[in-house]
Amino acid sequence: MIVVDNVSKYYGAHRAVTDLSFEIGQGECVGFLGLNGAGKSTTLRLLSCLLLPTSGRISVRGLDVVENPHEIRRFIGYLPDTPPLYAEMTVDEYLAFAGRIRGLSGAELDKQRDRSRGLCGLQEVAGVPIGTLSHGYRQRVGIAQAIIHGPSLLILDEPIQGLDPVQIVEMRKMIGELRGEHTILLSTHILTEIEQTCDRILMMHRGRIAASGTEEELEARLSQGRKLQLDVRGDGDALRTALGGVEGASAVEVEAQEEGLVRATLQLGEGAPEQVSRAVVEAGLGLVGMQTVSTGLESVFLELSDTRTAPEPPPEAPSPGRADGPTKEAST
Amino acid sequence: MSNVGIIARRELAAYFRTPSGYLIAAATLLVQGLLFNTRALGGGAKLSSQVLMDFLRDSSGTTTVCAVLLAMRLFAEERQSGTLVLLHTSPVRESEIVAGKFLSAFVVLAAVTLASLYLPALIFVNGKVSLGHIAGGYLGLLCVGAATLSLGVLGSAMAKNQLMAGVLAAVFIFVLFLCWAMARVVDPPLGTVIAHFSLYEKHFFPFMRGLVQLSDLVYYASVVYLALFAATRVVQSQRWQ
Repeated sequence: MIVVDNVSKYYGAHRAVTDLSFEIGQGECVGFLGLNGAGKSTTLRLLSCLLLPTSGRISVRGLDVVENPHEIRRFIGYLPDTPPLYAEMTVDEYLAFAGRIRGLSGAELDKQRDRSRGLCGLQEVAGVPIGTLSHGYRQRVGIAQAIIHGPSLLILDEPIQGLDPVQIVEMRKMIGELRGEHTILLSTHILTEIEQTCDRILMMHRGRIAASGTEEELEARLSQGRKLQLDVRGDGDALRTALGGVEGASAVEVEAQEEGLVRATLQLGEGAPEQVSRAVVEAGLGLVGMQTVSTGLESVFLELSDTRTAPEPPPEAPSPGRADGPTKEAST
Repeated sequence: MSNVGIIARRELAAYFRTPSGYLIAAATLLVQGLLFNTRALGGGAKLSSQVLMDFLRDSSGTTTVCAVLLAMRLFAEERQSGTLVLLHTSPVRESEIVAGKFLSAFVVLAAVTLASLYLPALIFVNGKVSLGHIAGGYLGLLCVGAATLSLGVLGSAMAKNQLMAGVLAAVFIFVLFLCWAMARVVDPPLGTVIAHFSLYEKHFFPFMRGLVQLSDLVYYASVVYLALFAATRVVQSQRWQ
């Protein structure tokens, strides 16, 4: 569906994204996760043909975004971080306008408007001027305009930004209903949103893809194996010594608990959990409990951000860009 | 309906769903009325044709200001509010966006201009002018309006906010306005060439006298085309930024 090949984007001398390369398949729901300024919105703007890459190539359904933006826009629905709403229009008038400029007319326009209005729960406010709607309803109208023409690719930039908890749950449900019918790309810096909504995650940091994969893959890859937590009755130093001898165990942390218990947490690379239990028993300690601990996406994200906050070389002005298409040199 | 028509219709509705359209129309007609009473009718006895010419000369100024006020919001306001994104991510060509916005503003400008027809009609109370003179003069006003409106669209396409859009449009118009004065201090043949770019004296004054010349129509059509072409290029180039 989408192929991004070595794409960079500069705003003047400022490098927004660098050497992005990834592919997204038909029907996937992919989340772009990153801190503010990580390059998520720029990436989505490039994919929606709103901006052109300074270098590299992006193709959507085999069409190049530089050469065929007009054709690509026919099957893209885009919700920017601020919904593009005309405050003086009613919801119905606005959706009709959004449908018409995407080529809908007559009965088909009415049908699609009813469909998107229903999906986004806008029936009650169909005749209300957009300027008087709450933030949550405005977000819904923004999504409704993005799906009115039945796009195969739906791009949502921070769709839950500024919503209250109830609205977030409703928005999540709405996105869930759109899955399968559309390939969905969404960006957020809220981890739980990505965990609950997306099939795959692209983590961005400082304009680059820091990691990609499913939530489980990222956790496994970045925490370098499982994390074990043991509750042991006995001496903390003896436990530390015993665990230090286990092959593959690292980052051992021991903490005294109540009633003579000691809790140890360790990273277990390639080693087996039974080696840990055997070492504890052989050291004469009482193993009360042992469990694997999920590091969680939050830990992974913090780890990624932390390992990539080392000073980077100053951004260089891009090379003249693509040799086979329009180019633009960033000013320096 | 074509994309140009769809965009023009939405823009047209926007003028009259907010106070801005009414305010601009009312202010233009008010100033036109005041100028007609104080300048065209004032200053002692005059020939009816002279009253009409004075009115048309003053109206070219009010029409220009009205055009700039109507045009400055077209792109700059949408850029500020973020709604331009909707058009830029839809299968609409930049030339269609520019044409649609220009068309809507021109319809409003033409309506405001034609609404002032009651003023020259008052000349018939105590005098007489030919209807052809009035028709030619109003065609000239529409030509000046279209040209200055297109320059306003260009300014709005280039600017980040409405104020800057207005300033840019004023600069473009002032440069063309100054061409006549520059031509008078530059020796021919360069002076003659510069005179041909004059927005008012060279090309509008014949309309003021009731003369409709093909060369003047071609001039105004050229200004409109070039300004809208440049605006389209500016909008296209913004994808690179």
